[in-house]
Amino acid sequence: MDIHEYQAKEILARFGVPVPRGGLAYSPEQAGYRARELGGSAWVVKAQIHSGGRGAAGGVKLCRSEAEVQSFAATLFGKQLVTKQTDANGKGVYRLWVEGASDIAQEMYLGFVLDRKSERIMIVASAHGGMEIEDLAETDPDSLQRMTIDPAVGLSEFQARELAFHLGLKGGQIAQMVTILKACYRAYRDLDAVMVEINPLVITGNGDLVALDAKMSFDTNALFRRPQIAELRDRSQEDPRESAAGDYGLAYVGLDGDIGCIINGAGLAMATMDMIKLAGGEPANFLDIGGGASPERVVRAFRTVLADKNVSVILVNIFAGINRCDWVAEGVVQAYREVGMTIPVVVRLAGTNVEEGKRILASSGLPLITADTLAEAAEKAVATRMKTAA
Amino acid sequence: MAILITEKTPVIVQGMSGRIGQFHAGDMIKHGTNVVGGVTPGRGGETLLGRPLFNTVREAVEATGAEASLVFVPPPFAADAIMEAADAGIKTAVCVTDGIPSQDMMKVKRFLKRYPSDRKMRLIGPNCAGIISPGKGFMGIMPPHIYMPGRVGIVGRSGTLGYEAASQMKALGIGVSTSVGIGGDPINGSSFRDILELFEADPETDAVMMIGEIGGPQEAEAALYARDHMKKPVVAYIAGLSAPKGRKMGHAGAIISAFGESAQEKVEILSAAGITIAPNPSSMGDTIAAVLATRRAAA
Repeated sequence: MDIHEYQAKEILARFGVPVPRGGLAYSPEQAGYRARELGGSAWVVKAQIHSGGRGAAGGVKLCRSEAEVQSFAATLFGKQLVTKQTDANGKGVYRLWVEGASDIAQEMYLGFVLDRKSERIMIVASAHGGMEIEDLAETDPDSLQRMTIDPAVGLSEFQARELAFHLGLKGGQIAQMVTILKACYRAYRDLDAVMVEINPLVITGNGDLVALDAKMSFDTNALFRRPQIAELRDRSQEDPRESAAGDYGLAYVGLDGDIGCIINGAGLAMATMDMIKLAGGEPANFLDIGGGASPERVVRAFRTVLADKNVSVILVNIFAGINRCDWVAEGVVQAYREVGMTIPVVVRLAGTNVEEGKRILASSGLPLITADTLAEAAEKAVATRMKTAA
Repeated sequence: MAILITEKTPVIVQGMSGRIGQFHAGDMIKHGTNVVGGVTPGRGGETLLGRPLFNTVREAVEATGAEASLVFVPPPFAADAIMEAADAGIKTAVCVTDGIPSQDMMKVKRFLKRYPSDRKMRLIGPNCAGIISPGKGFMGIMPPHIYMPGRVGIVGRSGTLGYEAASQMKALGIGVSTSVGIGGDPINGSSFRDILELFEADPETDAVMMIGEIGGPQEAEAALYARDHMKKPVVAYIAGLSAPKGRKMGHAGAIISAFGESAQEKVEILSAAGITIAPNPSSMGDTIAAVLATRRAAA
């Protein structure tokens, strides 16, 4: 789960990371007021959306007067900001962060991630920051410093010092960097983060370290024990179909094709999408109904898939283990009647209670297209779509 | 022999008195698995499914000689249950639970390293379908009737894709020695490489079907192991050729976030290591059949 920059800065500041003074605004007037409140002669106005690449997309601006802050803010509010990390719809801007401009001598990169190879938290740092880590890894791989943290011991002082010296820091900056590293690590560990990123971490004209931008992402599996983090969820930044599906225990990812998919199991869902592509079609979505799916959950899956107006055929592929084919079949029949289905539905059932499932489908009298294998199901879905399109 | 579980392996179920735990424990008993008891704190002394319940794993091990444990414990308590099994001397634990926080798994992996290798527990999962040696026994949530006993090992992240492979093979008359689901989480107990090692050493396995997916470094690691240390043929299918970058596809671990984690890149790495690729999920059975036929012809 992602949070906004200003929220990440507030959290990290609580753990001891130095951040610039700033204020949150929900309107252009409030943005102007924040600038006056902060004082000074230059401010940075930053759109708060769950995406990187905001600067290049026109979501960040250095303003030199209160009037400029206000007029720039007026252009941002309510706008869908499209960055290279968002889809074509972009993300809505409903909050702005106004911050006193900083005097920047050097930009560095600092990230904490879950490293799957060592199965530990890894620090990634570079003396050259400001750009995306992917670009940095491509253009300047040798500048990247990596260090893993033993979960039984935590981040040691010597490790933090070593990293600070490797980054070329000097004098009082060493102690400042050690403080920042330990603060980020504690925030990561204590709040069940999966990512903490400060980019750029700047050295100011005075030689001090300040986190100019911050990003945090959290482990959704741990939100049950982090209620204060769960509260930071901002649904305006999520795909409404994906978050609604999630509320019903369905893992849904919208894609660009027209063959709607209802599958059990993430692996089988990806494999079915692969099979559709191979048969010459394009999947409209990834959807895993999860284990032990009730007929109601299956109906909900149909509604979710049908909310995508591009969908011209639905492919249901179930290999039941912890699921039951008879429940799924009941759900299919129920969905067909309740939603007033107007597009063809291809169903393939296998595994637990498959005979009973097939009997329910056959005796429903509905014009369902059935298939016995994965390949047959994908081919029939693609063929049906072509017929519908013709 | 098979790997990890046979008809003799004494198995306990942690969380057996739960609704799901009870259902699947019953199914395991019905299909001949040697279930010797269950663990539910506070229910020790009771009997369920004709088996004794214990308060702790240690008591269960002492009373029954259990060697394997199936963990059916909800996510907030699952990591603790796994560590309890390890400390009580269980040899193999299978954890089905989906949704364990990743830092809990970090702790579990670190905890397992405390023990000397001769009493270090092997963990399968979490977020997996379990393990089955067809005709002998199983620990997990799979439908046992789709597996035919035989001599091909299956190892995969996804439960349902493992079922798909087994049923394609059964349709061609090819049976399974053991099928292992290693789970879809970013941090898991046993890796592809760990299971390949077991299959390579198992006299009752002739070939391995490996089912990977996008995300993580484990398929590439397994490819190097197969190239350098395996005599038995390996066939691989990688799911997610059509998955977009940076989007989580159901499994917590199924996300392309680094170089080498896309299905295309993994297929290239595996092919370069001499592993036969099943080009699509419907050809897993056919590809295994072809590899077995070539091997027979060569012998």
